[in-house]
Amino acid sequence: MHSTDAPQGPAPLLHVRGVTLQYKTEQHLVTAIYRVSFDVYGADRFVLLGPSGCGKSTLLKAVGGYMAPAEGTLRLKGLPIREPGADRVFVFQEFDQLLPWKTVKQNVMFALQSSRKMRGKAAEAQAMRYIEKVNLAKFANSYPHTLSGGMKQRVAIARALAMEPDILLMDEPFAALDALTRRKMQEELLQLWAETRFTVLFVTHSIPEAVLVGNRVLLLSPHPGQVKGELNSDGSDPVDPVTGRKLSDRIHDMLFADRAEEREVVHHG
Amino acid sequence: MAEQMPAMRPPLTAPPVRPEYMRDIVTGPQMGVVEAPLTVWQRLASQGWLRKALILLAIATAWEVYARGLDNPLLVPTLSATLAALSSGLVSGEILERMTNSVQLLLKGYALGVALALFLASLAMMSRLGNDLLETLTSAFNPLPAIALLPLALIWFGFGDRSIVFVLVHSVLWAVALNTHAGFGSVSQTLRMVGRNYGLRGPRLIAKILIPAAFPSILSGLKIGWAFAWRTLIAAELVFGVSSGSGGLGWYIFENKNTLDIPAVFAGLFTVIVIGLIVENLIFRNVEAVTVRRWGMQS
Repeated sequence: MHSTDAPQGPAPLLHVRGVTLQYKTEQHLVTAIYRVSFDVYGADRFVLLGPSGCGKSTLLKAVGGYMAPAEGTLRLKGLPIREPGADRVFVFQEFDQLLPWKTVKQNVMFALQSSRKMRGKAAEAQAMRYIEKVNLAKFANSYPHTLSGGMKQRVAIARALAMEPDILLMDEPFAALDALTRRKMQEELLQLWAETRFTVLFVTHSIPEAVLVGNRVLLLSPHPGQVKGELNSDGSDPVDPVTGRKLSDRIHDMLFADRAEEREVVHHG
Repeated sequence: MAEQMPAMRPPLTAPPVRPEYMRDIVTGPQMGVVEAPLTVWQRLASQGWLRKALILLAIATAWEVYARGLDNPLLVPTLSATLAALSSGLVSGEILERMTNSVQLLLKGYALGVALALFLASLAMMSRLGNDLLETLTSAFNPLPAIALLPLALIWFGFGDRSIVFVLVHSVLWAVALNTHAGFGSVSQTLRMVGRNYGLRGPRLIAKILIPAAFPSILSGLKIGWAFAWRTLIAAELVFGVSSGSGGLGWYIFENKNTLDIPAVFAGLFTVIVIGLIVENLIFRNVEAVTVRRWGMQS
């Protein structure tokens, strides 16, 4: 199956096949993701897009190694993912992902030192290099609670990039920001990507964000999440020559087709 | 009805069309006050220590006035008599010696109790059995007054420091363990995931993520534990004063009561209170200032 499935060219960095994810609540066993497969290649800006509650964050957690799939396999560089590790670094939505008892610089160094990737002067130099990349050099010795939301997310991004992970896992990193700051952060992220060409798996529920940030967009259906398709994007939201519709409109139609049908049924019934 | 509704509503209005305009903003000295220093009075009123000192001064005045009116040094000696007894006790070195005895013993018991509490709470984080152990032990022993264990401790450890340290550990352990456990439990899921993301687990995760993140709770546990230990110590010395060799502050109070030197009893109580104030206002407050306040975890 592998040999026939795999496209020509380089091997995928992240290889997800037939993954089903379930979690338990007090009374129910809930299937969040059903038999999802996709491949992420080096330097991809791979977006997982779907409505709230389609299990995209759960899927990202599985890639992070925080939960094991009920069926299917997740492989990073050919090796199965079993537990959290510093080769896949998370950037969360929540501002409290920064350690409040450490300054900006210490937060970045903490990551490098805890993972035993670097120590001492080398860790400090690496931390400062990436703090400069996100334009926070002036705030290197500030504590997180003195920073704005956008600055906190920039620190989290610097911390993740400083680790130079195989893949960056971003879980709606800009969702808690105001619209103006979000727009700025999206552009900064693309700028950073242009400089360092990291690989990122990016979860969002915003179609404009997916079209802008991603070069490849995986559409997930709601509850349980299943793959509805994968689209390419060049960030400009182009008009499709065949259908004459913008990419974001096509995505919107695909994601909400079910809901439209539901409305029809209700209408006729 | 449906036909009458529109008639009852006021007629639809549109907002008036107004011209657009642009303005230059004012900068520089013409703006007036942007930032002005506070008056001396405003600055003084915002000093917590000053407000508290005023309260203490009021209490001291009330005490002095009442005691002079009562004129019965066996019931309530005046503040000045108490201070005289305190200074003579300090000059002779007796109070200082008793204080040192008490504080030394207290620190021993406190340190041991806190270490055990951290160990138990960490155990509770690492395994479900450890969690059950902590919950069972705290619910069983937390309500048990430490002083009630002293007779038993005297049988087990004999007259001496060890039995007092035993009851001190008991008085500190459960309060600190309970607060630490609650603090660990309330550490955000995101922070735990961050720690695990960078390869921390087990004791390293506890030391580098859970303890600092739960520090506000741990600190309030330490404060409660300190107060419990201090009370237990003085009470234990009062009841079984001779047990700790040379005797501490509690024993000083008890001895002076027996000789009806009431100003010295008050001086002893005064010392107990002063040590409490020093620890709360100097030690704990400074620890808070360089930790949880600085980190913005407590305002």
